[in-house]
Amino acid sequence: MQTKRTIFPNKLLPYALLAPQLAVTLIFFIWPAGQAVKSSFEREDPFGFRTTFIWFENYARLFSEPGYVNSLTKTAIFAISVTLLSMSLSLLLAVAVNRVIRTNRAYTTLLVWPYAVAPVVVGILWWFMFNPTIGIAPYLLRGLGISWNHRVDGTQAMILVVIAASWKQISYNFLFFVAGLQSVPQALNEAAAIDGAGPFKRFWTIVFPLLSPTTFFLLIVNINYAMFDTFGLIDATTNGGPNQATNILVYKVYADGFLGLNIGSSAAQSVVLMLIVIALTAIQFRYVERRVQY
Amino acid sequence: MVENRPWLSFLTHLVLIAGVVIVVFPVYLAFIASTHGSGDFMRGLVPLLPGPHMLENYGRMLNEGISTAGAPPVSIMLMNSTIIAIVIAVGKIAISLLSAYAIVFFKFPFRLLAFWIIFITLMLPVEVRIIPTFAVVANLGLLNSYVGLTLPLIASATATFLFRQFFLTVPDELMEAARVDGAGPMKFFRDILIPLSRTNIAALFVILFIYGWVQYLWPLLVTTDSRYYTVVMGIKRLAATADAEPLWNLVMASVILAMLPPVLVVIFMQRLFVKGLVDTEK
Repeated sequence: MQTKRTIFPNKLLPYALLAPQLAVTLIFFIWPAGQAVKSSFEREDPFGFRTTFIWFENYARLFSEPGYVNSLTKTAIFAISVTLLSMSLSLLLAVAVNRVIRTNRAYTTLLVWPYAVAPVVVGILWWFMFNPTIGIAPYLLRGLGISWNHRVDGTQAMILVVIAASWKQISYNFLFFVAGLQSVPQALNEAAAIDGAGPFKRFWTIVFPLLSPTTFFLLIVNINYAMFDTFGLIDATTNGGPNQATNILVYKVYADGFLGLNIGSSAAQSVVLMLIVIALTAIQFRYVERRVQY
Repeated sequence: MVENRPWLSFLTHLVLIAGVVIVVFPVYLAFIASTHGSGDFMRGLVPLLPGPHMLENYGRMLNEGISTAGAPPVSIMLMNSTIIAIVIAVGKIAISLLSAYAIVFFKFPFRLLAFWIIFITLMLPVEVRIIPTFAVVANLGLLNSYVGLTLPLIASATATFLFRQFFLTVPDELMEAARVDGAGPMKFFRDILIPLSRTNIAALFVILFIYGWVQYLWPLLVTTDSRYYTVVMGIKRLAATADAEPLWNLVMASVILAMLPPVLVVIFMQRLFVKGLVDTEK
């Protein structure tokens, strides 16, 4: 790994400098993660006196449990929908902002602030808009002949959390798409225009392919976001319901472990989640270019 | 723009205005709701224009809170959130500066191991290790304390990488010159490296302040004493009881108050915010 050509000769100082970071990491990250892995292979008796090592029984039970398979499916639907919805809206807005000249700063300011809104607050905002009794969205939908009640209808609950989660992520995707678009060489665009390609053709044959590093990076980040950063949003809107229709993995691990006190199962769920984050991080660092560059 | 196409420009602005409406409308609605009296929600539809009760609602939430919902005054929660967000941001920056400095400017056994241990934190968000982390904090007696709310979140691989990346671009000659002039490692760090990192530190601070402010699951787990509630988790308690007794106007007043500080940070420090976001990819 890279260092400077010349370095300081001190022997002990670097350890002292690293100590705070390593202490926090070991105590609050590595050790608990190790504990989770350990208890995922154990069973505790009902009184907590004895723990038995049971190999993969917790995992076997987990994957044969319909509730968990359901949660996996819901998570996949949720993550894919949020990623597609949010990224396509953001790309459209980024392309639009990239076309305007004088007002782009103002539009950007108006579009980026949701980044700073907490997921749980986002949940409350949309929960209010879609409230079956007083919300404005159900009122408008009634006009179209759709009766909205996400407390009963699982599909509607999923639609609600997907919309809310995508809304929050628009600002992030937008900023990265704008940065990506600005690094597309203008000369290519001009050359294609001279050859008679219209704006839509130019976008699909030149700009979009050149954006692919940004798109791929955002794809991973959005899946990560939808799977791990939306706990508060689910907690504020649907609590995983109705009938587990929005019980995504991060919410289930909390509900089973913290509220349901099922330690073995919760630990096994934690380990599965860790493997998913590790895979996503590995893909991000292995295959995604750190910056968009040509 | 390559060529002038008026209809396309018109369409562009239309798309952008629609986008702004989508982004702003939920918050507009919340703001409107926060200016009405509680009786105004009985008619079955949310009002769309401001009402006359704004000061009254905000004043009540800031000073009294809703005691039946177990929520303290919002002013206390705002104070807690501010303290926690600042401590987390400053803490992360401080320990990451130190560790990046050690990794870049020194050679020592286990350097690579240290780097990997820090890297691993990227893969272990709180959500995937809830119970054991809670157990550690409980055993250390840190529940219901500012230390318990902040310390476990302070490790930062992202910040360490960012500073490492930046330190590698600092010319070797600077350090050689400092050593020739007799500066020790800490003096070089304090008087040369930190001032050079100013912009990076500021950009990172904006992102990490927001990160600290929006924390929800961790405060939810480690606080049971309402004196330590942060505003983001306190709101959820208000909203949860609002199902039975919808005090929409008061809930929405606190929602607006909880959003305001980090959103203002983004709007007024937009340049630093964008830099921080693109640098950390967070």
